[in-house]
Order: sequence, then C-alpha cells, then structure tokens
Amino acid sequence: MSVAIGDITASRRELSTDRPLSLAILAMGGQGGAVLADWIVALAEANGYFAQATSVPGVAQRTGATIYYVEMVPARDGVHPVLSLMPMPGDVDIVLAAEFMEAGRAILRGLVTPDRTTFIASTHRALAVVEKEKPGDGRANSGAVIDASDVSAKRIVAFDMEEIAQRCGTMISASMFGALAGADVLPFSQQAFEAVIGSGGRGAQQSLNAFRIALDTTRNDVATAVETTAAAPAILPANTGYPQLDSILQRLRDEFPEAAQAMLFAGSRRLLAYQDHRYVHDYLDRVGFFAAINRQRPGDTPELTIAAAKHIANAMAFDDVINVASLKTTSARFDRTRREQSVADDQLIYTTEFMHPRGEEMTGTLPRALGAVIERRPRLMQALDRLVNRGRRIQTGSITGFLLLYLLAGLRRFRRGTLRYARETAHLERWLAFARHCVAIDYAFAVEVLNCRRLVKGYSDTHARGQSKFDRVIAAAGLIVGRPGSVLWLQNLKTAALADEKGDALEGALRTLASAYDGVSGKR
Amino acid sequence: MAERSFAREVQDLRLGEGDTFRGEGILAVTKALLQSGVSYVGGYQGSPISHLMDVLDDAKDVLDELGVHFESSASEAAAAAMLSASVLYPIRGAVTWKSTAGTNVASDALANLASGGVIGGAVIIIGEDYGEGSSIMQERTHAFAMKSQMWLLDPRPNLTSIVDTVESAFELSEASNTPVMLEMRVRTCHVHGQFIAKDNRKPTYTLREAVENPRRDLSRIVLPPSVYLHESEKLEQRWPAAIAYIRDRKLNEFFGPEQGDVGIILQGGLYNTVLRALQYLGLADIYGESRVPLYCLNVTYPLLDDEVAAFCIGKRAVLVVEEGQPEYIEQALNTILRRRDIATKIGGKGLLPMGGEYTAQVVTTGIEAFLEAHSPALLGNHLPVPTAAAVLAHPQVAALRDEVPQRPAGFCIGCPERPIFAAMKLVEQELGLHHISADIGCHLFSILPPFNIGATTMGYGLGPASASAFNVKADKRPISIMGDGGFWHNGLATSVGNAVFNKQDGVILVVDNFYSAATGGQDILSSRAWNMGRKTNNSIVNAVKGIGVNWVRQIDRTYDVGKMRDTLREALTTTDSGPKVIVASSECMLNKQRREKPLFAKAVKSGQRMVKQRFGVDEDICTGDHACIRLSGCPSLSLKQTSDPLKDDPVAAIDNNCVGCGNCGDVADAAVLCPSFYRADIIHNPSRWDLLLNRLRKSVIGYLQRRRDRRTLAFA
Repeated sequence: MSVAIGDITASRRELSTDRPLSLAILAMGGQGGAVLADWIVALAEANGYFAQATSVPGVAQRTGATIYYVEMVPARDGVHPVLSLMPMPGDVDIVLAAEFMEAGRAILRGLVTPDRTTFIASTHRALAVVEKEKPGDGRANSGAVIDASDVSAKRIVAFDMEEIAQRCGTMISASMFGALAGADVLPFSQQAFEAVIGSGGRGAQQSLNAFRIALDTTRNDVATAVETTAAAPAILPANTGYPQLDSILQRLRDEFPEAAQAMLFAGSRRLLAYQDHRYVHDYLDRVGFFAAINRQRPGDTPELTIAAAKHIANAMAFDDVINVASLKTTSARFDRTRREQSVADDQLIYTTEFMHPRGEEMTGTLPRALGAVIERRPRLMQALDRLVNRGRRIQTGSITGFLLLYLLAGLRRFRRGTLRYARETAHLERWLAFARHCVAIDYAFAVEVLNCRRLVKGYSDTHARGQSKFDRVIAAAGLIVGRPGSVLWLQNLKTAALADEKGDALEGALRTLASAYDGVSGKR
Repeated sequence: MAERSFAREVQDLRLGEGDTFRGEGILAVTKALLQSGVSYVGGYQGSPISHLMDVLDDAKDVLDELGVHFESSASEAAAAAMLSASVLYPIRGAVTWKSTAGTNVASDALANLASGGVIGGAVIIIGEDYGEGSSIMQERTHAFAMKSQMWLLDPRPNLTSIVDTVESAFELSEASNTPVMLEMRVRTCHVHGQFIAKDNRKPTYTLREAVENPRRDLSRIVLPPSVYLHESEKLEQRWPAAIAYIRDRKLNEFFGPEQGDVGIILQGGLYNTVLRALQYLGLADIYGESRVPLYCLNVTYPLLDDEVAAFCIGKRAVLVVEEGQPEYIEQALNTILRRRDIATKIGGKGLLPMGGEYTAQVVTTGIEAFLEAHSPALLGNHLPVPTAAAVLAHPQVAALRDEVPQRPAGFCIGCPERPIFAAMKLVEQELGLHHISADIGCHLFSILPPFNIGATTMGYGLGPASASAFNVKADKRPISIMGDGGFWHNGLATSVGNAVFNKQDGVILVVDNFYSAATGGQDILSSRAWNMGRKTNNSIVNAVKGIGVNWVRQIDRTYDVGKMRDTLREALTTTDSGPKVIVASSECMLNKQRREKPLFAKAVKSGQRMVKQRFGVDEDICTGDHACIRLSGCPSLSLKQTSDPLKDDPVAAIDNNCVGCGNCGDVADAAVLCPSFYRADIIHNPSRWDLLLNRLRKSVIGYLQRRRDRRTLAFA
C-alpha cells in the first residue's frame, strides 16, 4: 500500500524500512561539482530511480568550498518519496571530494563514517590563500587527511583525479564520475554511466577518456600514494672526465661524511653554474670546518654538515642581476618554458621577462670601490635610481633581448670584484664566525643557527625584510646561546619569522623570549 | 547576459499539460508563474533566485507569445513598486529577490502596497538566504510579513507543492486583497526534482488594456484619511478573508495519525527535514508515513487560530519547529493557547537552537528531547540515530581540525578586481592605513586574505555613504568602494550625490566589471555588451559628472597596477576639494572567458594565427618568499615543491588555468618584487613570416647558448 503525498491519512500502515542511497560531493567553486551532481541525478533517473539533488553554492561559486547532496531510491509508481535536502553526519553512503583538503573537510563534517561511507577523494591539492601567503611553508599536511580517512572511511578510493582530467583536457568532474563508476557502489553499469556523459556534445570525448582512465584506476586499485615529502637529492655521480670536476667529486668523497654528500653535491653543482669551480672549492672549504666537527661525532647523522652544505650554498649563490640574466638565458630554461606551457611542436613560444632594476642593483654590480663611492653620494644615487628604476620588459626570445641578458650574464667573471659580492661575503663570514663560535658551546644550537639562513630570500624589499629578520634572529641567538632551552627558542623564532611578512609574529616572539630569559636569570 | 546560457531551461517553460518537468526548484517557480497567468514579472538578481531572472531574460519568445512583460528591475525597490500595477487592475504580477537583503530595500514600496491593498494577485518570490551558504545577515522575512501585513507562504520543499503554492498564492492575494510572499530557502531553490506541468495561461486582462483604460481610486492612495481606512480594512476585511481562504483551500496540511499525545507544528519548508528526523527515531518512513501527528504550516503568516487550537486540544504537548529568530510562531502559539485557556505544553526554542539552520541533525536531537520529555513510550526502542561522534572524537580525526584550512569565496582566476586591491595595498605601504568603507559585490572579497582591505559594509551602493561621518579635517582621507552593480542600484544618488551635496572630501572607487558579477553576470546600465532587450552602455563617468563630481578619473585597464596605484595616490593627496571618484573598468573574467574562449578555439581550429598569453614562474629564480601571492591570491598562482634540495620552502608556480590577465607581471613590476615571472606568448598556427623569424632567432640564440655551454663547466 502506498500513500501519496498530501494525503491526509490516519491509516497505520507499516513503516517502510527503505532508505535512500545518499551521496555528498565536496568541491570548490569552478570545479564542476554541479555538473557531477547533475550527471549522477541523470544517471539515477535514466535507470529507474527517483533522485533529488541540492546545494548551497551562493558566493562559494567564486572559488569557495561548497557541497552538493544527492539522494536516490528506486522509483515507485504514484509515490513521491520524501528526501532530505542535506547530508546527515553518520548517514552518507558515498562521499566524493574534488580536492584533498576538501576531503579532510568532509571528514570533519562527520560525513565519512566507517559503517557506511565509500570515500572517493582526489589527492591533488589546490592551496587555500592562507596556506600559500605564508613567507615559509604554510601548506597543510595531506598526511593528516590520510590518517583521518584511515579511521573514518569504510572504503577509500584516493588518487589524483585532477591530473587525469588535465591530461584528457577536461574537468575533474569527469574523472570523479569514473572513480564513482569504478568503485561499484551505485547499482548502475558502466554503459549507463557513459550514456550520461553522452557522445555528441562539446568536450564529451575528453570527458569520456578521463572517465575511463579513472574507472580503470579505481578498478585496478592502482591508486597512487600522496607525495608528502620532497624528492631525495641526487646521488654522487661517477667521474666526469673533466679534471676540475673530478677534483670536486674527489673532495666530496674524501672530506665529507657520506650522508652529507648529496647535499654538498647539490650545492657544488649550483655554485659551479653560478660562478666557477674555484668558487666551489671556496664553498667546500667553508663547509669543511663543520664536517670536521661531525667527524669527531661518529655515529651521528651529520646534521651540522648538511645544514652548512645547504645554507652556505644558498648564501654564496646570492641572487644578483648577473645570476638572473644567466638563468633566464640557458637552453634548459627555454626547454622548460616550452614544457610548462604545453607548447605543441607546431606552435611558437616567446617569453617576456618582467625586470625592475633599482639603483642598488646597478651599484651592486659595479666594481666595489666605484659602487661604494656612488652610494655614499645620495644625490648621485638618486639620479642613478631615477635613470634605471622602472619596469623593463625584455623579450628573451628576440635577438636584442637575449643579447642584453646574455651580455649581463657574461659579467660573471667580474663578480668577485663587485660591491654586492663584497657585502654578501662579509655578511656570510660574520654569520659563519658566529656559527663556529656556537659549535663549541652547543652543537644542536649551531645547527639551528645555520638553518636560520632560510629566512633570507626574495629580491629588493622582500630580500631586505628577510635579511633584517635574519639579523634580528641571529642577534637574539647571540644572547641566548648556551642557556637552557635555547635550541627550542631559536626554532620558535625561525618559525615566527616565517609566519608573516612584516615580522609581527617575530616581534612578539622576541618579546616573549626577552621576558622568559629575564625570568630565568634575572638579567640579560 | 548571464554567465551561463539558459537555452535548455527556456524549453522547459514550454512544457504543456501532463508533461514532466525535471529541474531546479526556482525554475519550477518560473514555470508555475506562467501557468498562473501572470502578466508581469520583475525582480533583482541574487542568490538563490538569480536563475528565475536569468531564464526569463533568455525567454523573450515564450514571454512574447503569452504577453508577459519581464523587467530586470534596477533594485528590489523598483521591483516592489512595479507591483502597484495590481493595485487598480485585475492583473497578476510577481517579483523576486534575495531576502532579507532585498526585502530591506523594497520595504518602502511594500509597506505602501500592503496598505492600499491589491485587486490583482501580487506575489513576491522570496529567496530566503539563511543558514549554510548564505552571504548576508541572518534575519527572517517573517518580520516584514507581520509589520506590513502581507501573507507569508512556506511550501514543502518538493516541486509539486511549490508549484501548487504559487497558484494558491495568486488566488489568496486576490481573495484577500493583500500581497503574498512565497518563501523559498536556499536548498529548496536549488533542489532538483520533478512535477507534472500544466499549460501556460495567457493573462485574461492585459497590461495594454489597463494602460489604455486608466483607473483611479483615491481610497487606494496612501495618504490620510485613506491610511486609517486601510488599517481597518486590513483588520476587518483582508485578514478574515485570508483566514477563510487558507482554511477552505486547506493550504496547511496534516500528516500522521489524527489523535496523539503529542504533535509537531512545523514550517512547510522544514517538512522533509522533520520527516527525516522522525525516520531516524523510528517514527516515519521515506514515503511520508508518520507515527506523530504533524501540522504543516505551508502558510506561516497568518496563523489560523482555530486550526492551531484544534490541533493542540487533547495533546499533552506540541513541538514547534521554526527556523530562525525571533520565534514569532511560537510566541503567537502561546498567545492563542493562553487566550483560549488550552493547557497543552509548547516546546520549541530551547529544545531546538534559537538560531542557525535547522539541519537534520539539529532537528533529530530536538525532537528526540521533546519526545523523551513528553511521550517516551512513543519513542520506544529504535535503531541508534546515525552519528559521527565517535569518528570525530578519534585523535587521528581531531588532529585534522588544525590542518584543514578555511576556504572562503575569493576572486576568480584573472579577476580584474585583484589588481585594484594589489594597487591599494601598495598605496597603503606608502601612505599608511586608511579607513575603507566596503560595499556589496565580488569586490567585498577584498576583506579576506591576502588583501585584508575594508572595514565595514552597510548595504548595496552604500559604501561611500557609509564613509559620510568622516567628512572632517584630517590628514588622511577615507576611501570607499562600490561596484557598478551597487552604483546603479542605489549608489549614484545615495552615495555619490550625497557626497557631492555634502562636499565630502573622500575617495570613491567604483569597481566597474561590466556586469552585476557576483549575482551571476547579469547586464546592468553600464554593461558594454549590446543587449537586445535593454539599453546598455550608459557611462558611469558621465553619470558621476552629471551629478556634480569634478574630480573623476577613468581607468580602462585595471591590470595596469602602476597606473592604478598612481591614480589612487593622486586621489588621496590632491588638494582638490569634493569627492574624488575613480572608475576602474575591466570586464569580469568569468564572463569574458565565456565569450572569448570558444571564439579563440574556433579561430585556432580554422587555421587562423592566434596568440595566447599565459604566465609562468621560473622555479630556479623564485626563492619561495611568496610576496607575489600576498598581492594576488589568484587560484592559478600557487606553490610547488621543487626537486632542488637546497630549497626548504615551496616556490610559486602558475597552473594551466592561467588566463594571462597580466596581474602577476604588473604586480611584480609595480611592487618591485622579483624577476621570476615571465609571460609566454604562444603562437598558434604561426605564419610563414613567424616561422622564418623564429628560425633566425633560434639559430643566433642557439649559437650563443652553445658557445657559453662550451666555455663553462657543469655537472651533467
């Protein structure tokens, strides 16, 4: 017996135990979540089901997080089932998440539960603004989503569905539809799914391709693991046949702990490209001091040497006009831009560079004495700045544009004589002297002192801000070295310095530090 | 032209008797209007009712056949005023908007309309933007119904009920000479369902007949002494007429057993949720059978005292399921029962939360508590209610709470408003923080990271007006922002005119993206596109000058961050008095892409030489400081981890969704950031000259590159 809607009835028929199949889609505005919901509804309706879908997109259509919800039951003549307009935590059969942190959000909303939920999630990340605006690495940890889904989902289908969609030239909705079909949780055949995508429409073939790849990936369970760590550094190569290079490799093998060699090789390679092989030997000399300390501590991971290898290389390869010009003109870079922009063989690509040199960049590239003389005269400096300080767009693919940068890059042989070189080297030596001083007092602290170099990055104002943060942290380090808890404090300062641009967090941390150590020792 | 096409949906408007309509709730309403013999439709777009406007905007043929007049009203006030056609003529009209934002704007006209009353059915389709996904203040339209005495319908959220209610709404309006509001919640507007269609009906009395045979009735004009007459009409005639109609037509519904210890009184719109909650408690099923008596208020104002009393008599207690606050229905229920000395206990707020959306979870908890208190036997034994509590308490899930970032709405890829706020950031760095009054529209996303710009928002087109108090001698000028949508909605007179008249010294920034963009890209007065049914291309600059502003600057390409910055600086520092108006114009990228992408693809396919621009980041030049992102927030500009072990932090990267708007390059230049960005010009179908030039360039550049490679040592 059935009761039609609107019927005012007092009949006591048995309550039906039918329950709808429920499905939630979590997506970001612009990802095609609505298309996916429409497909699922069409699929259900075409195959004898009554389906209802709803959503609250609103302004979330503009890149925000949003959710679509579908319920379906086998259709019965003359009966309109009463379906819900929103998911109930603990009562969702299938959750589809079009991005990995949105998958995390689905779990936090209680939509994923171990007794019922098949959890289909794309593992790719679209970073939220709050993640990417941090001067350091503000990215959320995808591993936390994996850990949480391990204890919340009945079954997990997780792989990079965005990559499949891009490869096929379509939207992620197509590959997610494929994953849904492959998961075999809806009572519909692959043909039924494909019929919904259709064949004639614009982009239908691309969607079908993505659908099938995702379906196979799901069926064959070749879901990929989420990459959460950076790739390991390259292993030391065999001899090259060039005596200058081989002598570097020889030194790496002889003088440095094996666990640090990969990082040292990365540093050597960078500095060789940056300057020349003599510069690499300077580098190895600098790191050598720290390697010697590690030699006295056999059995330890040579953290000190690794930190020194990484950060001394970065400090020595400071970003000057010459380096930028050089990097912009290599053939490897030309190949990379072609690849990055997916340029087909029958297409051409020209790149335009956005340069904005200031007076400082000019004087920095001049011979040390001359540059310093100009900088000491404010009026002259102003005049120079007025002359050069403006945006310059350079077409690297044109002969004149390329030649300009090529010639600038050629100034490399004069680099050791420039004002900027003198400044950077002096700054570097002060820092290293301090690090050497710290090693004698507290090994772990010295490692952190080296790691502080991470704060210096960027160009012009950003670089100046980073360097000033670095200088403040190092100055504070000088006050607390050897005190109890100092390593943790220094790590905190570094984290604070990377938390925001202006350095408010660092300022706060420095104040806390001052009061903490006043409290301990009574004076500083 | 809206940001998507509604050609298919327009076809649904032609469905006839017996056909099955499948689609969205708000489009079912659109079809229902035509089935009800409506003569005119107006409104102002906004979530969740934009699609009603959009589909009618694309449906000129259908409307012409039926003789229906459709207008995109300049504001909700204009739409409400349009209903005055039903005051003196037997003409059905409907208007629509987002509420309560739109109802606030429309209140002036609505109060006048409701005072004099109507003879033709006047229906207002209300998109109640409350709860999850809402973009406005959390209020209830119910208050407006009560204060002006308009009836408020809240149908059950299935398409058949909604469509039937639209027809009843016109009849109720005519039977009681009162405008009727039909409330649709967000989820209901967007619900996909089905109903059996009827033929569309041509209006019996046409607008043309009315305008050619004008009527006049002094007693309908809102001026003493008629206003006193109107009030007594409301109380003595219209109210009883409405009660009679609602009762006789059984607009409210009863479900479940006739008798019971307890019962539930609910708003129609919450029916599905209440039924699902009862199902979880073992007291209902998905086919509508309930073990608890339900009194479903498809009309939430007015209440039918007799019906309410009859439902309550003999019951120990009733629960009122009423979303939003204050709890008007519960208060009225208490009054009704108290006046009649009926002792039935009333549960409501307290068992259910005072505010917030009534989700299945919330309602289940509330009903369970109510039954435990008043009818535990009915509750009896049932399967456990679904819950995620155990999962959420698990440490591995709890750890996720700190990890998942907020993801509010933001500027789209290539949005022309992004460079405006990047420029404002740069000016802020030079001249310090300023008081900034924001407005309604996409540009309000500036209040979020990474820009964090804007202090208050007071209403559509009211940004500059809300900076009025700061018209005092000071070393800094207030800045106010307003979109082109807000400008034409209200801003020209209320904000700009006000600033001119009061000799305000502030800076007014008009963000002109050629559409009412946030609501779905509808055309407005200053839209640049040619529109068959409307007069577009009316200049904001001319309007501003016409109203008396002397200092006006037009920026034709907002992506020119340097120019934007310089103009803002000039406005903030000039010695000229009076309001300084900057009109910053570039087309909404969503709409531009919708228009240009297919054309580009078509041209490429036909072999034409086409150049596509995109941006990229040189990963070995980027140091990972993310300064560029703090001046952008573009979804396409993100981070990636490089394989370089020397880099601790991820570098900036641009994905394939980049539309080449130019913001990245301009910001890097204007803010003197870094040389990592490059623009790629990709030439599709290069000409022979292109190929020749390219060969020449490649041979010279290749030679130089090989020469350098020979001279320098490198590890392979």
